[in-house]
Amino acid sequence: MAASCVAASELLQNMKLISGFYPKASCVIRRISTTNARCDGQAQPRAKSAPQQLVGVVGLEIHAQINSSTKLFSGSSVRFSAPPNSLVSLFDASLPGTLPVLNKRCVEAAVMTGLALNCTINRKSLFDRKHYFYADLPAGYQITQQRQPIAVDGMLTYSLLGGKKRSQVIRKNVQIKQIQLEQDSGKSLHDDVRSQTLIDLNRAGVGLMELVMEPDMSCGEEAAAAVRELQLILQALGTCQGNMSEGQLRVDANVSVHRPGEPLGVRTEVKNINSARYLARAIDYEIQRQIDVLQRGGTVQNETRAYDSKSGETIPMRDKEGLQDYRFMPEPNLPPLIVYEDNASLPTGIDACQAVVVQKIKEGLPELPSVKRDRLVQTYGILPEHSFTLVNEDGLVEYFEEALKATKKEPRKVIGWVTNELLGHLKQQDLSVSQSPISPSALAELLELQETGHISSSVAKQVFQEMWRSSGKTAQQIIQEHDLGLVSDTTQLHSICQKVVESHPDEVHAIRNGNKKVLNKLMGLVQKETKGRADPVLVRAILQEKTS
Amino acid sequence: MLSLTLKEVSLALREGRISPTELCKKCLNRIKKTQHLNAYITVTEELALKQAQQSETRLLQGVPKGPLDGIPFAVKDNFCTKDIKTTCASKMLKDYTPPYNATMVQKLLDQGAILMGKTNMDEFAMGAGSTDGTFGPVKNPWSYAAPYREQTGAVQDSDWVITGGSSGGSAAAVASLTSYLALGSDTGGSTRNPGALCGVVALKPTYGLLSRHGLIPLVNSMDVPGILTRSVNDAAIALGILQGLDVRDSTTVPAPSSLAELPENFDVKNICVGIPKEYHAPGLSEETLAQWSRVADLFERAGAQVKQVSLPHTQYSIVCYHVLCHAEVASNMARFDGLEYGHRSETDSSTEAMYASTRHEGFNDVVRGRILSGNYFLLKQNYQHYFVKAQKVRRLIADDFRNVFSSGVDVLLTPTTLADAACYQDFTQEDNRTRSAQEDVFTQPSNMAGLPAVSVPTALSRRGLPIGLQLVGPALHDKKLLSVAQWMEQRVGFPSISDSDYSRESRNDPRMTKREQTSAV
Repeated sequence: MAASCVAASELLQNMKLISGFYPKASCVIRRISTTNARCDGQAQPRAKSAPQQLVGVVGLEIHAQINSSTKLFSGSSVRFSAPPNSLVSLFDASLPGTLPVLNKRCVEAAVMTGLALNCTINRKSLFDRKHYFYADLPAGYQITQQRQPIAVDGMLTYSLLGGKKRSQVIRKNVQIKQIQLEQDSGKSLHDDVRSQTLIDLNRAGVGLMELVMEPDMSCGEEAAAAVRELQLILQALGTCQGNMSEGQLRVDANVSVHRPGEPLGVRTEVKNINSARYLARAIDYEIQRQIDVLQRGGTVQNETRAYDSKSGETIPMRDKEGLQDYRFMPEPNLPPLIVYEDNASLPTGIDACQAVVVQKIKEGLPELPSVKRDRLVQTYGILPEHSFTLVNEDGLVEYFEEALKATKKEPRKVIGWVTNELLGHLKQQDLSVSQSPISPSALAELLELQETGHISSSVAKQVFQEMWRSSGKTAQQIIQEHDLGLVSDTTQLHSICQKVVESHPDEVHAIRNGNKKVLNKLMGLVQKETKGRADPVLVRAILQEKTS
Repeated sequence: MLSLTLKEVSLALREGRISPTELCKKCLNRIKKTQHLNAYITVTEELALKQAQQSETRLLQGVPKGPLDGIPFAVKDNFCTKDIKTTCASKMLKDYTPPYNATMVQKLLDQGAILMGKTNMDEFAMGAGSTDGTFGPVKNPWSYAAPYREQTGAVQDSDWVITGGSSGGSAAAVASLTSYLALGSDTGGSTRNPGALCGVVALKPTYGLLSRHGLIPLVNSMDVPGILTRSVNDAAIALGILQGLDVRDSTTVPAPSSLAELPENFDVKNICVGIPKEYHAPGLSEETLAQWSRVADLFERAGAQVKQVSLPHTQYSIVCYHVLCHAEVASNMARFDGLEYGHRSETDSSTEAMYASTRHEGFNDVVRGRILSGNYFLLKQNYQHYFVKAQKVRRLIADDFRNVFSSGVDVLLTPTTLADAACYQDFTQEDNRTRSAQEDVFTQPSNMAGLPAVSVPTALSRRGLPIGLQLVGPALHDKKLLSVAQWMEQRVGFPSISDSDYSRESRNDPRMTKREQTSAV
């Protein structure tokens, strides 16, 4: 009874507080509801006297499955959707007496990822055991890096499109606190009907990189953009395939709200997010929910919530980790993990092939997405947003550059074909770039025909459609088969133009009176007659002659 | 034949004086005769005879796999053996059969050695008496030997003495002549302690020299496979075979030398023997102290430099060990949840309830107690205060040894145990925790520091029971340590048990052993 009395009096007090600030509060609510769905990319610092609004604070914890043929501490293969328990070594099953043996490939992947994210690579890192009982964790503990992770203090730069037309590129930074190597758990399948749980240990022991991002983001869109950028980086590096729906990239979001300048609010952890789109929705929902709770005078609980993609809501999870004490302990079966700066720093007696050498990994770093985008903008003079489109789609940059090689058409003109026609068609049919029925050289051939005046741009689009449908046919073949070539026969064009001029005396009159723009209408009519195949230069000349 | 050393019997096999099958059968008979000792949990009779047959073929063809071909050996039941039950003397693993061999077992099998069976122990190697396993206590073979029976006039079966532990079964197997070599494990003295009490040579090599792959762990950072034999040279032969890098155990190191046999005439003139004053501990028996002095004098008379040294942090070792041991135990035992293998409780109301009752039913009080306190030490609010502090103390203890060895000391000479073996009835008066604290006092610091140590049987006590002394050396100086140990062994004149001695049928036979008996003070 006493407890409920206290709660009630608190509630009363909070209500008073709210009613006291009511005019401002209502204004705040309205502002938030209009701006929250999409955060303001360039929030201006507000004047001190202005009322401060609640803003979201978002940090992410990302588990990236390391792209490696074998597990972190055992020789078992790693494969998605293999038959249950078919990829389980004695160690993965935690049979007594088995010991972990670190996979060098996983260490190199973590170092490479750390370097790409501007981290400091710890020359010495340590492994720890994190204990909890769960059916898909056969050892009763997970081997992770709690005290001294492999990489720390990094930075991820990502970009958002902002501004009025969403064509302005806004660069943002998020700090990477650390990257740690750890084991994945197995999977539990709950059969509620027979009230039993089935365990699949195929995933148990697969290498993960846990990336901890500082709470430097403020909304779902930023978080989704950061994750998207990370995904591209990981894919470029080849250290993680980054497929969220297959669980190769798992994102948990820590969300809180506060007024800028004030201490951070109580945070919740949102789990169960399996796409970048859901990530943005889940975070925005959660920010709004917390604001609502506070506006109503309530308090935000420190809890774990799951995102339900059907309802678009976050809901509290059965809190199995609320009061969990993981009882961390050093992993005694693994000596400290040492990486070396360069070959010169290798101590004698250490085989260079066995050692992880940072310098060697640094030299092997591929072009990162941000560098690639800058290069594309500079080299080809395309718009920044186009560079995003190109880089976002796996293989599209290569496609674009391949096509450019085979045509004299300007890159700025080719980009439209690639980002609109090609990508549009691919998306519509849910195909990847590599599955495109039109090869870069085939597209180049088509564009070359347009560039050299063999076909008009509208016909070119028709031909593109046809090429898409009948894969393998060249643009030239289609043009011939469908008789789509440009009509440049002067006599034929003369007679078509004559017909148009004769049937539109008013327009001809207007032109003669000096309204030259009307000529375009006549040109359009001629193209209509020829189904867009008439040579526009010739038609213009003929029409000018006939209307002068 | 059964009381020969490994080296001697190896020669006999090669010369055809006995065949592997005959030898194997003799050992199997001996195991049956000494069944009351409860040294073995599983006897692999069928497999042993099959292996012996194969060994016989090789020897007849003159292509033995190595010096151990045809030699019977026993393995502590915490080393995994493929298709052979491995119980850790626990209800939890009573019916557990591993699908793989521990590296130590595999290496011996690869040499053609013949596995006689799996030996008894304290549950999960937690104990110092081999009295706390689910299959009952191990009895010390010397309980039935003439000297003890004569000296004490013991007649009752209840007068038997313990083997020490936790590798009591392995020590008893070697002492009772059922195997020429046995594997034990040593975390705080679990090989050396029963080795001393059963009058056999017990070697704990440098940490990392022997692979732990397949050894069901007690404390990963201190566990070392142990070697129990009848002579120091036999231990050296076994070490030579067992040592070296194992890709399956990341804590192993390459062997510093391909140790084969020890030099027959080792000179101790240039050796400096340290006597740590802190080992003159309360509870040290008068007889053991006298043996310690006698052997120190032996060294001195032979021209070695013998000097008193100090290991100032010794007294903190036991309590520090308890914290580290219990913490690792809590962690290592987490996998025994009844889901995949081992005992599973009937309780099925929820997964959590099943875990709880499985672990309650599967583990004895000692194991459960250590899990409980280990988890307490690892709690977030206790971690710094207990675990981290214990790690720091561990470093100080290791530094003590380092300082002594860098001051020119080659080996330390200490007692292995406080006294000779206790009667089971006396021993079980105290609880496991108190006993472990008492029994490990001399052996356990070298586990903290990862140093090689060997217990050498020295003499029989007034009660007719073995007393052993321990030599400790610097890390990776196992060969030199064994050379010194052999020198000592050659001079102390410890009596071994003969073929016909002390088996039940003949336990009142007062016949003495072949070697001269050196009675204690």
